[in-house]
Order: sequence, then structure tokens, then C-alpha cells
Amino acid sequence: MNQADLPRWATAFALPLLNLFSALLVAAGVIYLLGESPIESLSILINAAVLNPEGLGYTLFYAATFIFTGLSVSVAMQAGLFNIGSEGQMYVGGLGLTLVLLWLDSSLPGWLLIPLAMLGAAVFGAAWAYLPGYLQAKRGSHVVVTTIMFNFIAASLMNYVIVGFLIPAGQQNTASRVFADASWLPKLNGILPMLGETPLNISFVLALVALVIYGLVVWRTTWGYQLRATGLNQHAAHYAGISISKTIIVTMMISGALAGLAAVNSVMGSTHYLNLNFPAGAGFIGIAIALMGRQHPVGILLSSILFGALIQGGFDLSLEKANIPPETFIFIQGLIILFCGAMENLYAPALSALLKRKEK
Amino acid sequence: MQPAVEFQQISKRFGAVQANRDVSFSIAPGSIHGVIGENGAGKSTLMSILYGYYRADSGKLLINGAEQHIRNSQEAINLGIGMVHQHFMLVENMTVLDNVMLGTEGGFRLKPKRHEVEAKLREICKRYSLDVDPLATIQDLSVGVQQRVEILKQIYRSANILILDEPTAVLTVQETASLFEVLRLFKEQGKTIILITHKLQEIQEITDQVTVMRGGTVIGSVATKDTTTAQMAEMMVGRPIVTHLPRAAYAPGEMVLEVKDLNLINSQKVSLLKNVSFNIRAGEIVAIAGVSGNGQSELLEILSGMRLPTSGKLQMQGKDLPFAGRKDADGLPATFRDLGIAHVPEDRLRDAVIKNFSVMMNSFLGYQKKLGKSFGLLDYKSILKNCTDLLAKFDVRPADPHLRIALLSGGNQQKVVMAREIAANPKLMLVGQPTRGVDIGTIESLHTRLLAMRDAGIAILLVSVELEEVRALADRILVISGGAITGELRAEEFDATEIGCLMGGIHTH
Repeated sequence: MNQADLPRWATAFALPLLNLFSALLVAAGVIYLLGESPIESLSILINAAVLNPEGLGYTLFYAATFIFTGLSVSVAMQAGLFNIGSEGQMYVGGLGLTLVLLWLDSSLPGWLLIPLAMLGAAVFGAAWAYLPGYLQAKRGSHVVVTTIMFNFIAASLMNYVIVGFLIPAGQQNTASRVFADASWLPKLNGILPMLGETPLNISFVLALVALVIYGLVVWRTTWGYQLRATGLNQHAAHYAGISISKTIIVTMMISGALAGLAAVNSVMGSTHYLNLNFPAGAGFIGIAIALMGRQHPVGILLSSILFGALIQGGFDLSLEKANIPPETFIFIQGLIILFCGAMENLYAPALSALLKRKEK
Repeated sequence: MQPAVEFQQISKRFGAVQANRDVSFSIAPGSIHGVIGENGAGKSTLMSILYGYYRADSGKLLINGAEQHIRNSQEAINLGIGMVHQHFMLVENMTVLDNVMLGTEGGFRLKPKRHEVEAKLREICKRYSLDVDPLATIQDLSVGVQQRVEILKQIYRSANILILDEPTAVLTVQETASLFEVLRLFKEQGKTIILITHKLQEIQEITDQVTVMRGGTVIGSVATKDTTTAQMAEMMVGRPIVTHLPRAAYAPGEMVLEVKDLNLINSQKVSLLKNVSFNIRAGEIVAIAGVSGNGQSELLEILSGMRLPTSGKLQMQGKDLPFAGRKDADGLPATFRDLGIAHVPEDRLRDAVIKNFSVMMNSFLGYQKKLGKSFGLLDYKSILKNCTDLLAKFDVRPADPHLRIALLSGGNQQKVVMAREIAANPKLMLVGQPTRGVDIGTIESLHTRLLAMRDAGIAILLVSVELEEVRALADRILVISGGAITGELRAEEFDATEIGCLMGGIHTH
């Protein structure tokens, strides 16, 4: 039975929720085997990530980054491209904004400096994704392979640049100098004091804006139509006069720019310097978010918040429960990818049979 | 004698669709029984019930007089029922022998069984004079031979009742003739054959009895010798079918397309088009007749901008089509379309529609840059209105713009494509196999549309492998063989034998 035979509410909500529930059920089983109570753990997790206002602030802070990486992966998926390289593009995007800030942060006011730095992040991310896009479009090198390799190249390159050029003289920390205050992103606890001490900043608002723009561009513009046509049927797209290679290259650059913008939240909103390995897997989480959110703006938003909550809550959980290691989050993340990505139609036949029986 | 297969009051519904309603008829053993009907008449559902893919909601199924409940295809095979699908179920890079053995290997080691099967295959080939080498690899075989392998597979599994689903859709005239030879031999051996087709000539030629279905029910089951193709067509569609459609007198206007010395050599250095030259004027239909795979598809691709020729000149209304100096055809179809070239491609599902898009989203594919905008965003209100108008005008059923186009029947998909291309007001219309897999009623309406376009002064290039279609539409006929034009005839000179010879590359003049 084909997934397409199911009604919209089933594919959009019921299936993802069932998959998510299955992933959490397996996670609960493992927590039980580790000798802890799954119910208690879940309540700690929810408490730390959602109910506690400060925790909620952190959850949304992480979510802001994930929305951008999730969008990065999603926009490429719309064109049928599996961009595994958001991690590397985000990393290089961080370099872009850092170079702008190191150069101009003492001379420009914040209102000019921050947009310029963001532009730097987007341009560097886009440039890093351009090459895999070009190679796919013109040489047929599969984008999955090249973007994975570009992640490694990005890691080595950043290692070289940070250690060789960006560490201020006399410092040991593998990071650039701290940027001037003008570049610090305004925090949201200024407007919402109940959030308490949290790094949540205007990036979250920008991420919401990006979601809206993404939705409009993909579903309400000619370019978005061409993008989706290319992703669904390249033969028909070619027949329709769409330039496939141009679409692939431009899409990869947009995907890279969005990944680059993911760097803005943590670097300009929290740490205020560029340090080694700052993306910390956010690009890969973007893949899970795109799969689970089915490349839909609302889906991306909800799954980003879910992953933000898992990181935040998981962190507290591992502090409170000695038997649960911090890596548990990575494990749960893996389960979610497994159930929502690899086995997304696991429950489709059963659900479809159930609906049929009801019809009779 | 007991019937080989007997359907008694078979009913089956899918959701809101009643696919079969009280279907009752029987098939005599040792006969060739045709089942005809338009797309969606319920033929495939009925055969799927017989072959165990579906179970009937109610009714009885009798095989050789005994009631059977066939739960899956394995049980059908055990009862001696074999099915040759329209799309072959063969592993391309395995040999004939391995394909036949697939699923019946029996045991861990292949070798002993393989010798046994090979011997048996050679014996079957001899008995039914099927000329198939058991050790040949499938991908090296022509479509006609691949089909024989499918039949061979069924005989090997000792099928006594053979279902063939549109077996001639992919065959040349000669291949069809030799298939029919095989089927007649089968009949002599006492086997029962069920032939599902929409080609009435074939029913007339080979079947003993024919059952006509419409809307899920049996309209009638008659001895073939007591009926005519016109009667069968009327039973299928439910109204008389006009075979000679009215058209205005032949009055070609200005020159629209000139093709000169067109050559195409592919990457394997095979010459696919050789010095092809012809022209089309406004208000005429020029048909390219030929066995499929003789360069017609490539010609259409070049003329629509989807592929670059190796050499040659193309002029549209006296101006060169702009492809000189390009390395690839990426994006070129848009330019050609802007110059007034519309294209109904041969392979509908591959090129002409995006299956996962709605009918509405497919209704402007290729013309997406000309859509109405409001505040810079696509104006879905006007798009919806245009689409609804098109669906009504072309009588697309169901007329639901939000339905996924994959859920429409082939004929209705083709109507959507045709409607879209006609709505663009082209000067030149390229049409490839417009009625492939389309039922009779729809063929009539598509042909009427094309003739109306011709009468309105549009130049039309028609590529078709169906001579009947060429005869019905063309003002001039070009015959293509091996990538070269082997002859040209005017409509009034139409002669199937001569065209057949030209299609085979034999010059009669």
C-alpha cells in the first residue's frame, strides 16, 4: 500500500507522531535497562526543557540554530539533493562572519555591523556549497559524496585557519578573540524578562522569518515550482524548460547560505568568538529535522524545538541521573532519524488498512 | 465440457469506486477469449482477482468447474493460471534460464537444477517453436523476444490458463504476428488463453469469443465471428464511434518548420538520425510513421529543444532555431516554447507530467514563467480558474484540479497535457504517440482536437506507430526507418502495404 493513498492528516501528523513515539519508546526501554525509571526521566526532561522558563529559553536558543540547518537540508531536498554538508557549510559560514567582525567590529555601529556579519556568514556558506553543487550539475559527482568530503575539508581548513591565524598572541584557547559589544545580538530576555538568564536572542525571530520566507518561496513562487519540479521529476523539468544545472547550483548555494546563517545564533548570540568545532553536529541534526519535519515550515519548527528540548533536557537529565550518560541524546537523535527517516512508512500499511476497515 | 474459468456474480469495490459489479461469464477450455473495455472498465481488477492479487467482495470463481478461493498468485500458479504482464517481470542482467528458474530454484546448489531446467526449456521451445536461446541475457533481447521469455516462464510452470495483458502494446507488426502464431499453437495444445487488449482488430483476428466490459459490468459476451469491430467499439463506449472525422479541405499556408540535413550521432557513435529533411506548413498534419525506435523519439526531442542535433539546420518561420554554440540542451525547451513550439511528448509519465503534483500544478508545466502574480507570488486563484476551465473544456474526469495527476487514467492525463499545450496557442505542435494506452472514446476526442487545431492553421507534426492513427489524421506521411526518411506519401495515397515496406527500409519506387 502506497503512502500516497493515505489522507493528508495521516501523512502529515499521524505517521510522524507514531514514528516519534516509537523512537521514544525504544529510548525508554534503554533507559529502563540502564536502571532508571523512564517515566521519571521523561518528567525531568520535560521539566528541564519546557516547564522551567530558563530551560525553555535554552531550548529555543538551540532550536534557532536547528531551524536554519533544518531549512538548509530541506531546501536542497526539495530539489532532490541530499545535502549532508550543512555541518561544514555552517562551520565555514562561522568563518565568514568572524572575518567581517575582526575587520570591522571596532569601527561600525551594531545596526550595520550585524547585518554585514550575517551576510558574511551566508556568503561563505553559499560558497562552500557552490563547489559540490557545481560538481553535481556539471560533472555528475553525487552531492552526497562530495558534501560529506567537504565536511572533512571544512574541519581541516578551519583547524588550520583558527590555530594558524585567529588565536590572539599569547592565548592558549583555540578560538578567535572576543568580538566587540556592538556585534552582540540583542537578547530576547530584554523584552521577555521571565525567560531569565538565557542566550536566546533575535536569531530565533530571524529563524521564524526565514521559515515564512522559505514557505512562500517554495510554494508560492515560480522558482519554488521549478525547484520542486526538478526534485520530483528531472525529465519533466527538462521538458518544461527548466535549467537543471542552474537549479541545482543555485539551490545548493541557498542551502549553504542557510547553513552559514545557522552560525550566527551561537557565535554572535552566545560565545562571541569563533572556536574550534563550534557547530557541534547542528548540521547533522538539520538532516533529522528536515526528515522529521517533512521539509514543511511548521514541521521544521516543531522538530527544531523538539531537538532543542532533547539537548537541553538531556543535558539536565544526565546531571541528575548518574546512570544516564550525556551521549543519550545522540542515541535518541539516532533513533528519531531511524524511525522518521529510514522507516518513515513503517506504520503506513497498518494505518491504511485500519482506515479501509473503518470505511466499510 | 466444463468451462476453464467461470466468473459468477463477482463484485469488488475500492473505496467509492465499484470496480466490478456482478460480473458473470465463462471461458471455454482450449479457446482464445478476448476481454475488452475502456480504461477503468474493470478488466484489470477482474484479472487481478483471477490471479490472486485481490479477493472479490462477493461472487464465485470456478476453475475447471470447481469453486476456488485464490488468495495469492502462488495459489493461482498452482491451479495452472499464468499471467504475462504488460510490463515484463524480468531481471535484465540475468539469462533467460535464470529468469525462468527464479523462484523455483529448489535446493542450495544451482547447477544440477540448471541443467535440468535448460533441457526442459529447449524441449518447450521446440514444441511451441519459440525461438529463444536459454543462455541469452535478457537485456540483449528485443522486446518481442523478452515477451516470449515471459510466456516460456508460464509454460515451464505448466500454466494451462494464460492471461495476457495488452501483449501487443510494445510489439511491432511482425512481432505481433509471430506472437499470434504462438498463441494459436497453444490453443491447439488445449490451453486456454485470456487476451486483454484495446485493439479491436486483434480481437477480430485471433479470438473465439469476446467479452466486453464497461463501468465494471459485462455488457456482453459474444462469439467473435458474429460481431464486427464497429459493434464491439459501440458496446465498449456505449455510443457509435465515428471512424472518419470531419476535416476542412487541405489548404496548407505559410512555411512553419523547415528541417534540413538533420543528423544525430549518440555517445556510442551510433547514427540515430541520418540526413533528415522535411518541412511543415501551417494548417497541415505531417505524420512520421515507423516502427518505434527508428529515430522518431530523437527527432521529437530535437525539435522541442530537449536534445541537440549533431548537425543540421532547423528553421522556424524562416528564422534559425537558436541552439548553435550550445554545449547541452539544458533549459533550451523554454526558448523553443517561447518561439511557439508546443510539445506533447511520447512518454507521458516521464516527460509530460509530474506524477506527485496535482492536476492544477501540472496544468502549467512548461509555462510556469507566464503565470499570473499577485504581490510577486503565484496567483493560485487565477491558476485554479484556468485549470478548472481547461478540465471542463476537455472533459477531463474527474474534473478535480486538486487530485494528484497520477490518479487519473492515462487518457485523462493525456487530455490534461493536450489541453495545456493547446491553450498555449502554439504555431507548431509536436505530438508523440498521442493515444498510446488511451481508450477508444478518448482517442476520438483527442483526434477531433488535433484536427480542429489543423483547421485553425496550426502546423502539426505527429509521430505515431499506429497506422490507423496516421491514416485518420495525416495530410502527408513520412516513413522513417533506421533514422532516415524512406518515403513520403500524400494522404490519398495511403497504402498500408507500401508503408509497411518503407517502415522495414525497403524502397518500393
